[in-house]
Amino acid sequence: MMTVSRRETRALRSSDDVVRVRQAVRQWAMAQGFSLVDQTKMVTAASELARNTVDYGGGGNVLLEALNEGSRRGLKLTFSDQGPGIADIELALRDGYTSGSGLGLGLGGARRLTNEFAIDSTPGGGTRVTITRWQCGDRR
Amino acid sequence: MERIPILQMGPFLLVSIQVDMHDQLAMTLQDDLTEQIVKARAKGVVIDISSLEVVDSFIGRILGNMAAMARVLDAETVVVGMQPAVAITLVELGLSLPGIRTALNIEKGMALLRHKLDAGGHRC
Ligand SMILES: Nc1ncnc2c1ncn2[C@@H]1O[C@H](COP(=O)(O)OP(=O)(O)O)[C@@H](O)[C@H]1O
Ligand SMILES: [Mg+2]
Repeated sequence: MMTVSRRETRALRSSDDVVRVRQAVRQWAMAQGFSLVDQTKMVTAASELARNTVDYGGGGNVLLEALNEGSRRGLKLTFSDQGPGIADIELALRDGYTSGSGLGLGLGGARRLTNEFAIDSTPGGGTRVTITRWQCGDRR
Repeated sequence: MERIPILQMGPFLLVSIQVDMHDQLAMTLQDDLTEQIVKARAKGVVIDISSLEVVDSFIGRILGNMAAMARVLDAETVVVGMQPAVAITLVELGLSLPGIRTALNIEKGMALLRHKLDAGGHRC
């Protein structure tokens, strides 16, 4: 059975918040026993999604959840905003696609860097991106 | 205003990024570096990222922009000290830092630049 041992919401309004969320994710990943590489992958994915929330979603928040399932431990992050949403999710996920001035690697990169990835977005209805990574890169 | 220092070492500039940069700081660094390359007539730039525990696509873009601007001003850029965990993560992120040379540490980065300068400053 999967349980959530800790849960916390953080605001994402500015570039400073992105830095703070990176630091929080690092601490949580460490506390969950992630290796240095696993921590770095999760923090990098979080940084990409946090920036998208601020830059494209007009700000929002991230829910951090520490997961326990038997002996394995994971970290789940849910980024939510009430921004314009994403009309074409497949296009947005494509490497190199950006509607701004980015490198277009954030969504695709976050998907590759995590074990579970989901986007829920409707034009005008905001965006929610959820990522989960398990300790030791355990892919079930 | 908070700034990342740029040191001059002979014909080269050394930038040590030691903080988790927020966007404004990164943009300021980009502008400062361009200005310094011109002012010092620098022939090369070493960017030390050994303190960076995370390099995301935003920082990757800033590094790429700095290298591209340096190139236009006829200066080579070498990024040094990338942590192994960061390097592994960059591959999965899909960021290849095209056109950026890397070296193990500041010393090796400087040696690389010096070698190029001695060779006549031509890029090969
Ligand atoms: N939270 C969001 N709200 C609205 N659009 C988004 C959001 N996140 C991503 N997008 C869209 O998806 C595109 C790709 O995002 P990403 O892969 O992170 O690349 P980049 O940030 O470099 O543009 C963005 O340019 C934007 O159009
Ligand atoms: Mg992005």
